[in-house]
Amino acid sequence: MAIDRIRLMDLGAVGLTLHLAAVTTLVLLLVGTPLAWWLATTRSALRPVVEALTALPLVLPPTVLGFYLLIALNPGAPVGAFWVELTGTTLTFSFAGLVVGSVIYSLPFMVQPLHGAFAAVGQAPLEAAASLRARPLDAFFTVAVPLSARGFLTACVLTFAHTVGEFGVVLMIGGNIPGETRVVSIAIYEQVETLRYADAHVLSAALLAFSFLVLLAVYGMNRRFPVHAF
Amino acid sequence: MPSETLHIDVSVALGDFRLEVAEAVPFAGITAVFGPSASGKSTLLRALAGFEPARGRIAVAGERWLDTARGVALPPFRRRVGFLFQDARLFAHLDVAGNLRYAARRAGDGAPALALDDVVTAFDLEALLARRVEALSGGERQRVALARTLLTRPALLLLDEPLAALDIYRKAEILPYLESLSTRFGIPTLYVSHAIDEVVRLADRTLVLTDGRVRAFGPTPAVLERLDVQSIAGPLEASVVIEARVVDHDAHYRLTRLDLGGEAISLPMAGHLDAGATARLRIRARDVAVATTRPDALSIRNVLEGTLVELAADPDSPFAEVLVDVGGQHLRARITRAAADDLGLSTGQRVYALVKSVGLDG
Repeated sequence: MAIDRIRLMDLGAVGLTLHLAAVTTLVLLLVGTPLAWWLATTRSALRPVVEALTALPLVLPPTVLGFYLLIALNPGAPVGAFWVELTGTTLTFSFAGLVVGSVIYSLPFMVQPLHGAFAAVGQAPLEAAASLRARPLDAFFTVAVPLSARGFLTACVLTFAHTVGEFGVVLMIGGNIPGETRVVSIAIYEQVETLRYADAHVLSAALLAFSFLVLLAVYGMNRRFPVHAF
Repeated sequence: MPSETLHIDVSVALGDFRLEVAEAVPFAGITAVFGPSASGKSTLLRALAGFEPARGRIAVAGERWLDTARGVALPPFRRRVGFLFQDARLFAHLDVAGNLRYAARRAGDGAPALALDDVVTAFDLEALLARRVEALSGGERQRVALARTLLTRPALLLLDEPLAALDIYRKAEILPYLESLSTRFGIPTLYVSHAIDEVVRLADRTLVLTDGRVRAFGPTPAVLERLDVQSIAGPLEASVVIEARVVDHDAHYRLTRLDLGGEAISLPMAGHLDAGATARLRIRARDVAVATTRPDALSIRNVLEGTLVELAADPDSPFAEVLVDVGGQHLRARITRAAADDLGLSTGQRVYALVKSVGLDG
C-alpha cells in the first residue's frame, strides 16, 4: 500500500515534469524566436552583449541563477509583489515560478539552434521573397520559418529535454511541493536522501533512457545547430 | 518629368567602393548594364530594388521609389520590381508550382492579371510543376525563377547576370525566353552582364559602368563601337554591330542579301530572316580593309562606299583604327599605320570598306 502511494507520487512528479517542460518550450518558442531572429539579422553593436547574456545559463551554476531568481521573485521584491497583486499567489515555491526559472535556464537551448538555423538560411531567400512583394512578417513565416524547420525541431527537443533535466534552479526557487514543484529530479533527490534506492533506480533509469532517446533523435536528424557557450 | 522614363540619380557607399549613377533610361525594351566585374553593376540593380541602402532619387514611370531629400525610401516589397538573381533563389521548401503560386498570390492590384497557366505555357513549365526545386537543372531553375518574377506583374525587371552560372548549352536554352520578356510581355528590363555577346543579342540600349561610374550610355551599336568601351569588352576583338535590312535570299549561291543605307552587303544564307526584317550584324575590325578607289578583280564581295569619320593612330602601336560611316552606321577597320600613311587617309574622305567576313548576331 505504501509502495502504491509512492508510485503514485512518482507518477505525479513525471506528469508535472512533462507539464513544466511543455509550457517552458512553448513560452521559449514565443520569446526565443524573435530574439534569435534579431541576433541573426541585426547589425547593432549590442549583439555581442545580448549573445553573452543568452549564453550565461550555460556557464552559471544553477544555484547562482536560482539565488538571484529567489531574490527577484519573492513577494517582497517588485516582480514578486506585482505577481502577488495580479494573481494572489506567490511566484516562489509555485509552478508559475518554476516556469519563469526554466524559461531563463533553458533560454540558450532554444535561441542558439534557432540563431544558427536563421543564419544558415541567410538573407538571400528573404530578398527573393521581398522581390515577390512579400512583407517582412509574411516572408518570415512563409520562407524563413519553413526553411528553418530542422532548427525549430532541434531547438524544441533540446529545450524540452533540458527542462526535464533541470534540478538546481527548481530546488532553489521551487522546493519540493507535490503536484506543484516536485519534478522528477527533485523526487529522485528526495528518494536518495531518504535511502529509498529502489525508487530512485526506477526514476533515474527512466530519465536516463528518456534523455538518451532524445539526444539520439536529435543527432539522428543530423543536428547542425549546436548549443555552445563560446 | 516624363512618366515613361526610369530616373536614376543615386549614390551607394559600400566600404571603399562608391557607385554614382545619374541617368534617365527610356522605359521600354532591354537596357544592358555592362562592365567588368566589381564595376558596380549588381550594386546598381540592388539599389534599384531597395536591397542596398542608397542616397538620391529613383523614379520609375512616375512612381517615386527613393527620394532621400524628402525622406522617401520604399522598402523592397513596395517597389514593383521583378528581380532575377544569378542563383535563381527558388524556395527549396516548395515545389515548382508552389514557387509560382507564391508569387501569383502576392501580385498587387493594378496591371492586368497574368494567368498562371499562360506563364506556365510561355515558359514550357508544364512538365516541371510537380518537381522539387533541387531536382531542376540550372537552366530550368532560371526559367522557373523568370516565370515566378513575371507573375508578380513587375513594372520593371532587373536581371542580375541570369546566365552567368550556366554553361553554353543552358544559355542557349534560356536566351529565347529572355528575348520574349520585352517582346511578349512588354516589361522594361535592366539586364546586368559582363558578356558582350549577351549584350549585343538582347539589349536595345547599353549602359557601361566602370569603377562605379557611367562610362557610356546609348543605343547598343553606338556604345559598343566606341574605342574606350571596346577596351572594357576585354579579350573580345574590336568590332562593331550594325543593323541592316534583309532584301532577299539567293538560294543558288546560298547567300542572304541585305541593304545597309543603300549599300549592298551579303552573308551566308540566314533563311530564318524574312525579307524586310532588320538583322544585327557583327563585323570585326580585322575583317575590314580600306581602299581609296573601288577595287575590282577581288574575291571580297562586300565593298561598301562610305566616309572616313575617325582615324585613331597610336604612335606606339603598328596599327591604326579607322571608322567609316556607311549610310549612317559605322564600320571599324583595323589597318597598319604604314598603310594609313601610304593611302594618305584623312577624315571626311570617301573610302571603300572591304568586308571579308560578316557574322549574324543573335
